[in-house]
Amino acid sequence: MNEIMRRLLWLPDEASTFAGAVDKLHFFVVTVTMLASVATGLLAFGFFFKYRERRPNQSTPIIVPSVKFELAVIGVPLAFFLAWFFQGYRDYIWYTTPPANATDIYVMGKKWMWKFSYGGDGPNAIGTLHVPANRPVRLLMTSRDVIHSFYVPDFRIKQDVLPGRYTETWFEATKPGRYQVLCAEYCGTWHSQMWGEIVVMPGPEFDQWLLDQRAGQNAARVDSGGDDGASFHGSLVEYGKRIAMAQGCLKCHSVTGEPHIGPTWLDLYQRRETLETGEQIVADEAYLTDSMIDPRGKIVKGFKPVMPTYKGRLAAPEAAALVEFIKSLRSTSLENVPSKEAVYEPVNRAR
Amino acid sequence: MSSSEATAHAAPGRGDPHLAHHFDTQDQQDGAVRLGMWLFLGTEVLLFAGLFLGYTVYRHFFHEAFHECSRALSLPLGTLNTVILITSSLFVALAHVAIKQDKQKQAAGLLVLTILCALAFLVIKSFEYAHKFEVGELPGKWFSNPEITAPGANLYFTVYFLATGLHAFHVIVGMSVLAWVLKGVLKGKYGPRNNVAVELGGLYWHLVDLVWIFLFPLLYLI
Amino acid sequence: MSQSTELDNAGDAEGRPVVNYLNHDRGVMSWLTTVDHKRIGVMYLVSVLIAFLLGGIFAEAVRLELLTPDPTIMGANTYNRMFTLHGAVMIFLFMIPGIPGVFGNFCLPLMLGAKDVAFPRLNLLSLYLYWTGATIALAGMIMGGTDTGWTFYAPYSTTTPMTVFPVLFGIFILGFSSILTGLNFIVTIHTLRAPGMGWMRLPLFVWATYATSIIQVLATPVIGLTVMLVGIERVGGFGFFDATKGGDPVLFQHMFWFYSHPAVYIMVLPAMGVVSEAIAAFSRKNIFGYKMIAYSSLGIAFVGFFAWGHHMFVSGQSTFENGAFAVISMFVGVFTAIKVFNWVGTLYRGAIAVKAPLVYICGFLFFVVFGGMTGIAVATISLDVHWHDTYFVVAHFHFIMVGAVIMAFLIALHYWFPKMFGRMYNEGWAMVAAGFIVLGFNATFIPQFLLGNAGMPRRYYMYPERFQALNVASTAGSSLLALGFVIILVYLIFALVRGPKAVDNPWGSRGYEWMTTSPPPKHNFHEQPVITQDAHSYQNPGEEVEHVVI
Repeated sequence: MNEIMRRLLWLPDEASTFAGAVDKLHFFVVTVTMLASVATGLLAFGFFFKYRERRPNQSTPIIVPSVKFELAVIGVPLAFFLAWFFQGYRDYIWYTTPPANATDIYVMGKKWMWKFSYGGDGPNAIGTLHVPANRPVRLLMTSRDVIHSFYVPDFRIKQDVLPGRYTETWFEATKPGRYQVLCAEYCGTWHSQMWGEIVVMPGPEFDQWLLDQRAGQNAARVDSGGDDGASFHGSLVEYGKRIAMAQGCLKCHSVTGEPHIGPTWLDLYQRRETLETGEQIVADEAYLTDSMIDPRGKIVKGFKPVMPTYKGRLAAPEAAALVEFIKSLRSTSLENVPSKEAVYEPVNRAR
Repeated sequence: MSSSEATAHAAPGRGDPHLAHHFDTQDQQDGAVRLGMWLFLGTEVLLFAGLFLGYTVYRHFFHEAFHECSRALSLPLGTLNTVILITSSLFVALAHVAIKQDKQKQAAGLLVLTILCALAFLVIKSFEYAHKFEVGELPGKWFSNPEITAPGANLYFTVYFLATGLHAFHVIVGMSVLAWVLKGVLKGKYGPRNNVAVELGGLYWHLVDLVWIFLFPLLYLI
Repeated sequence: MSQSTELDNAGDAEGRPVVNYLNHDRGVMSWLTTVDHKRIGVMYLVSVLIAFLLGGIFAEAVRLELLTPDPTIMGANTYNRMFTLHGAVMIFLFMIPGIPGVFGNFCLPLMLGAKDVAFPRLNLLSLYLYWTGATIALAGMIMGGTDTGWTFYAPYSTTTPMTVFPVLFGIFILGFSSILTGLNFIVTIHTLRAPGMGWMRLPLFVWATYATSIIQVLATPVIGLTVMLVGIERVGGFGFFDATKGGDPVLFQHMFWFYSHPAVYIMVLPAMGVVSEAIAAFSRKNIFGYKMIAYSSLGIAFVGFFAWGHHMFVSGQSTFENGAFAVISMFVGVFTAIKVFNWVGTLYRGAIAVKAPLVYICGFLFFVVFGGMTGIAVATISLDVHWHDTYFVVAHFHFIMVGAVIMAFLIALHYWFPKMFGRMYNEGWAMVAAGFIVLGFNATFIPQFLLGNAGMPRRYYMYPERFQALNVASTAGSSLLALGFVIILVYLIFALVRGPKAVDNPWGSRGYEWMTTSPPPKHNFHEQPVITQDAHSYQNPGEEVEHVVI
């Protein structure tokens, strides 16, 4: 039944966990819509014949709605609409809440291409995103120029990609295969060609692919371009380190664990911090980017609110690189030779 | 068949040259004009509302910068301007009272005073602007004052110049409206029964005043 | 004046006056300097029809280009300008001034029993502002070309190298025109009602226009400011919407939709008003649930102000905001549903004369329910994630814009044509054209729903090949639709010149505007009308009336 409806409505494959849920509601809503509108049209059409004018100046009865009728015409549609809203909002909340074990991938849109950067040590890619099947993937997205929108019809996901801001979306692909990425927010001349592809691989195959990519020389990777391809080659972490030096972050934040004007970045990621207000927070991606944009919003206890905001100073990809740099600063990995597998382990976020 | 013109002319109150053909009585016409003016003032409020929204959003984003920049404005000049505008509003209200009592000369004098106040406001404002240009406290990409380092200062001055600029434009429009009303008063067009133009000119001026009363604390005080 | 009084007394063969608002004065200048609301309405009619023709040509160009996945008749930049032209011309030059400017101006004072609108000169100024704004915007779009889409999303609109400023300035001026029209109508409805016309006796078109005018007055200043901010950003680099200077592009979207969502109701509420009038007239029946229809217009106007965020579900708005805007949007749907029930209820047990306008009404009822409920569907957030910015949304709003508003425009044009010009059109051709339009419309836009389902984003110049079949179907349908409009144009122009003289009230309508001659005299009524019965009252005097409560 589902399959028939899907084909009848020209819907693409249901290739993510979200797609199934969306389509069920979709079928229900569209069926009710079609029934209601056809019924209205036919009813009116029928009345044209049944109650056609039989003689000139014909008189007609005065028909007034009773309170019951009024309540019914308000209540019935409202009940339907609110039910749709309720189910739709539930699904939506699920869709906006990435699971804690999701793999993070950075996405940057620019006229007219998609760039993907894997956390940790790369690789970076233009146009093609490799992801594992049956594992949640979170995309942290930003734009270099105008607004774009990351759209994968087969996954039923879409999220605008904004300059100067971060947006996130996530999915869990269910079927290995190739799926088209489209830009859905008008962005200029070649908006209609801003396509990409998601290659969904079975989990083990993906792991192997990642190892291969990471092991190769930069030049041999899928793509060696960084966020600013012309001026930088290498991983996001290296890029972040360069930004941290250029922006003067390291004047106040140490990377060695020593306390300084600001909290040290070593092991900062996922650290539990107590704020001035006594509130407990976990320094996740959201907190880190927030603190660059609005540093005085959440001050860690014992530190002075002296950090200037970097809103407008840090391009969004730079903020992303900084977060990746901070995430890479683990005391274990500083002491030991960094274990390559460890970098790619699904990040354990305390959600 | 008698034309509507003929019957209408016979109706009471028809002889009045101020009464347009499609109204029956002066009261009806005055009511329409008043309602129209109030609606127009409503659109003005919503026009400024967009800028107040921008102010709110960017104040939220750049709290520090907005605080720092509001200190950079000249509080004495701002206060002086506020006093001048409030006084001018008083003058224009008194002018309406005077015309209702048929004191034509007094009304004309009060309107002149109102317009002079408006002029004084603009002169003081232009001094403030000139200073901003000197020290580079300018909007957006033009901002160049090295003393204010907080990011977002440029947006404060974007909002500042847009809001005060739009307000200054309204001051100029208000002056023109009042000058037009003054011309009518000098010609003796208005009297105790026929003064809705004076009233509405004043109403517009009160709006100009009111907008400033919101702008002043937002930009200068907090 | 005395001369015209004498002329008024002269009659044609049937004893009807030969002097009316159309011919009491002749020459172009007498039209350009008129303050008569009826003449201004007619001038609006000509203007918006030219705009509609232009917008239609641009639409056909877009559809032709989309016949194949690859470039054919135009380049990418031309295509982008073309859909921008289509959107901007249709929205700002046709939809928004359309029904209020033409039929609001023409009928509102007649329906109120007034001699004119409250501020006749301001009314003429609105028209001149419309012409000025339209000229500036069109000149800008044609000479430089704007490729931002009619939504002007920052930062694209602030950074594109094409000419944008003249279009923004044109829209700013058009905004003034819209505000002044709305303001004029509100004051007219408040102050110029005929003796005996209480608020609950207002014709439903007047109620709809009243609600529309409130939106025009309250929402339009915000778009005026917003487009000027974009213009200032382009010219002066003030950074208001520019992320690189700390500005917030999403703020633009909030300010834009704060106007543009209510603007949908500026377009659709008058359309609903027209349908209420025409349904009562052609079924010769008291409108069913008058108060519910009247209040639901106000309800839509009010709630419509708080639903704008449903255009921004995937823009990065917070989950909470999205939920709030979604719930509010559901209520707009309920108000529309109330109206639909009442319209169908009015048909029930009527004495229905099946004329061309009724074909459009039948289409309208189907389109407004389908368009409205797909609107509720896209306000259901999880579904919108897939549909947002795809052809599904395009199809949905065309169902409302074309399926509801243009159908209503055509209903109004046919229903009030004898009133405006005193001549009848050819009923047979009208039926044929109506058939083409209703069928062509379905053929054009139903495939677009499916395209959206399949995942084709809007504003696409080239598209993956799997979308071609549906695009071909849509383009084929659009040519039927276009053919329908051409037929209408031909028989209406013919009727204007050669059509048989209409009697004063050819439909036997009880609408107040039919109480005067067709066309009306210069000052609308030969004698001041006094209203003694409710609007849309179809009881014959002296006959027993059956009262039914359902």
